[in-house]
Amino acid sequence: MVTLKVNGKSHQVDVPSDMPILWVLRDVLGMTGTKFGCGMALCGACTVQLDGQAIRSCVTPVSAAVGKAVTTIEAIGATPAGRKVQTAWIALDVPQCGYCQSGQIMSASALLAKNPRPTDADIDAAMAGNICRCGTYGRIRAAIKQAANGAAISGKGARS
Amino acid sequence: MLGYRVEGQQRATSTAAGTSGTTSTRFAPNAFIRIPPEGRVTLVMPQAEMGQGVYTSLSMLLAEELEIAPSQIQLEHAPPDNKLYANPFFGEQMTGASSSVRAFYEPLRRAGATARTMLVAAAAASWKVDPASCRAQKGAVTHMPTRRTLSYGALATRAAALPVPDKVVLKDPKDFTLIGTPAKRFDTSSKVNGTAQFGIDVRLPGMLIATVAASPVLGGKVAGIDEDKAKAVPAVRQIVRLDDAVAVVADHMWAAKQGLAALAIRWDDGPNANLSTADIVQGLAKASQGAGVTARKEGDPESALTGAAKTIEAVYEAPFLAHAAMEPMNCTVHVRKDSCEVWTGSQVLSRARAAAAEVTGFPLEKVVAHNHFLGGGFGRRLEVDYVAQAVRIAKQVDAPVKVVWTREEDVQHDVYRPYYYDRLAAGLDQQGMPVAWTHRIVGPAIIARYLPGAFKDGKDIDAIDGAVQLLYDIPAIRVEHVRHEEPVLNTGFWRGVGVTHNNFVVESFVDELAAASSQDPVAFRRALLRKSPRALAVLDLAAREGQWGKALPRGRGRGVSLLYSDWGSYLAQVADVEVAGSGDVRVHRIVCAVDCGQIVNPDIVRAQIESGIVYGVSAALWGEVTLSNGRVDQSNFHNYRVLRMNEAPPIEVYLLRNGEAPGGIGEPGTAVTAAALNNAIYAATGKRLRKLPLQPGLAS
Repeated sequence: MVTLKVNGKSHQVDVPSDMPILWVLRDVLGMTGTKFGCGMALCGACTVQLDGQAIRSCVTPVSAAVGKAVTTIEAIGATPAGRKVQTAWIALDVPQCGYCQSGQIMSASALLAKNPRPTDADIDAAMAGNICRCGTYGRIRAAIKQAANGAAISGKGARS
Repeated sequence: MLGYRVEGQQRATSTAAGTSGTTSTRFAPNAFIRIPPEGRVTLVMPQAEMGQGVYTSLSMLLAEELEIAPSQIQLEHAPPDNKLYANPFFGEQMTGASSSVRAFYEPLRRAGATARTMLVAAAAASWKVDPASCRAQKGAVTHMPTRRTLSYGALATRAAALPVPDKVVLKDPKDFTLIGTPAKRFDTSSKVNGTAQFGIDVRLPGMLIATVAASPVLGGKVAGIDEDKAKAVPAVRQIVRLDDAVAVVADHMWAAKQGLAALAIRWDDGPNANLSTADIVQGLAKASQGAGVTARKEGDPESALTGAAKTIEAVYEAPFLAHAAMEPMNCTVHVRKDSCEVWTGSQVLSRARAAAAEVTGFPLEKVVAHNHFLGGGFGRRLEVDYVAQAVRIAKQVDAPVKVVWTREEDVQHDVYRPYYYDRLAAGLDQQGMPVAWTHRIVGPAIIARYLPGAFKDGKDIDAIDGAVQLLYDIPAIRVEHVRHEEPVLNTGFWRGVGVTHNNFVVESFVDELAAASSQDPVAFRRALLRKSPRALAVLDLAAREGQWGKALPRGRGRGVSLLYSDWGSYLAQVADVEVAGSGDVRVHRIVCAVDCGQIVNPDIVRAQIESGIVYGVSAALWGEVTLSNGRVDQSNFHNYRVLRMNEAPPIEVYLLRNGEAPGGIGEPGTAVTAAALNNAIYAATGKRLRKLPLQPGLAS
């Protein structure tokens, strides 16, 4: 038995201690907002926060979360940074297929919680681990800036 | 906001005819619209939402004519039904070929107008007034002289009793209030809070999870497994052995993955065991020596080539590509005693259902198939191999089972974009203007397999798309296709289909001609486009916004490309790249000018162009699937590299507005990108590359 604290709630789960958090969330706790993309920490679709730190849940064993707080996409809107990020994501209609967006939002929220005014280089560093095959990168960047500034981003050719 | 009733699979059976009486009746004049006496209007989406925004754009078509506000709408995935939900272009339910808006532009407006006409008639009848004195707006009908108003819900029962009119009047485009506006997407909210349901998110009581390994060599078989070792993994329930694959069924994916690894599967690789990419290229090169099926002939190209002042010949190659959608292939299946139920994400839900019927042997009506949001399609989910395989597995499992492919399985068992080998020649006159153009495309005929009815006289409309429409005014042209099938990998449609490869070839070769005649690439194209005003307009717009002609630092260069194909859209792109001494390419900026005719939602058009370009840059710079000993060498994102945030260039999209028929927009951004990058690399380095991916560091 492992005790896993997710979004403020403790769960007793009967799983091996080396089982990645991703599969505990999705297949044991039924929280499917966190996505499987690669299984090797290469794409970021599985990103959750562990004590506020963005981590790849597909390679992080559940044992690493004992005594810590896991936050997922289902509850990130309850944090100030998460709420700003989701609002900006909606304002700019960032998602396309949407599959990678849980991970993108978890990475972006972790960035803004630590660094409220990120530069482009900060955004690159925080977000380079999250692949989007729909190519929403431009809008993600604009949305992070909007979430940080609380102001609309306008640019030539960027929006209609 | 919007609600999705994913479970709702009932047919739109309550048509107007035969409903009467005093009880409340839902108004459903066609397969797309359901108006209940109370609550939101449900619009049934015939096309799959895979990020391209069809749930929004198709809803806008319906809502514009139906006269309802976006906030009054609830959406539902269509069930499998080739009659009710056929894509008019293909005669079956199919989301592909950048066709959704083009194909449904009029049918959905008509469906909306039909419902609106009947609601107005119902209101007029209840007030005993002339329908012409009534007006529909925002989900209600108002009698203008008296301002009496009835909501659509209040009119549903009465409207349901009316006959469906044969003819209805569509709105004049000048009266559009929704079409042409950047309306917000209907699917965003659920995609930012984790509630959007993709196929992989299906959960059912008693459901088990399986993962699978298919033979790494196409045509290979399972020779042996260590079943006991896999069964020893805690939470592993069952091993399912098929002739060409093995699946491990477990309580969760982690156990299934560990079980699969423990199986230590031994394979009999079969006839393709020793084949590599070089063997395939050799076969294509040999096939390129012979003539193919001529798809277009103007003048006498052979004589024109012989008589030209200068001739230029080139061979271009484009590799196999994987789709690598973010959501790995998956399908959930419950095979019961005499029925089967399937949950997945598919671009062809009817084909998914038919595949399940075929594997189980059940009649079609005993198979229920549910669609979901697709975590990327890109053509991969036009195939149903993963559905058929999941049903084969589920037939042996006494519970619902979700079969999830690992990323490695996804990359190594894709239905790949084919390898193409193109042979071109052109003749220039004394002034350097082209007098002859011949283009021989060598590759498979995907259409012959996928849409055999559309494969006529040996002509594959996909293989030649984007090549056969050559807009440049050249007096002698031959475009031909040599069909050459490869048994080593399954091949199919990949975002941008035939155009993606052809545009790279055509627009790179046009650049070669411009260089051979010492002309500016934009000026050279302009001179050949006098008969194509729409092409000229996008070219000029892209050149202007892309700062064509403005000096760049050393190591940088700009390249241009132009696209026109069966999608009906015109695009021109200017790319600005930098090539490092190491050969690494950095894309600094991409400008794309687009004329896609009537625009339904300009923000979604922009998003699709941005999206297509990013997909195209990944493929152009790095995309390549190779084979060694019959096995795909790539396996995950570390060796199937795709563009990341820190590498993504700023993209500027410029839209031209006109009243032309809507053109496709999901794919052209991908197709127009590789040539622009290639031509920019040439401008930066003087190196002319003729093979994808573009690796100037390897060129001599």
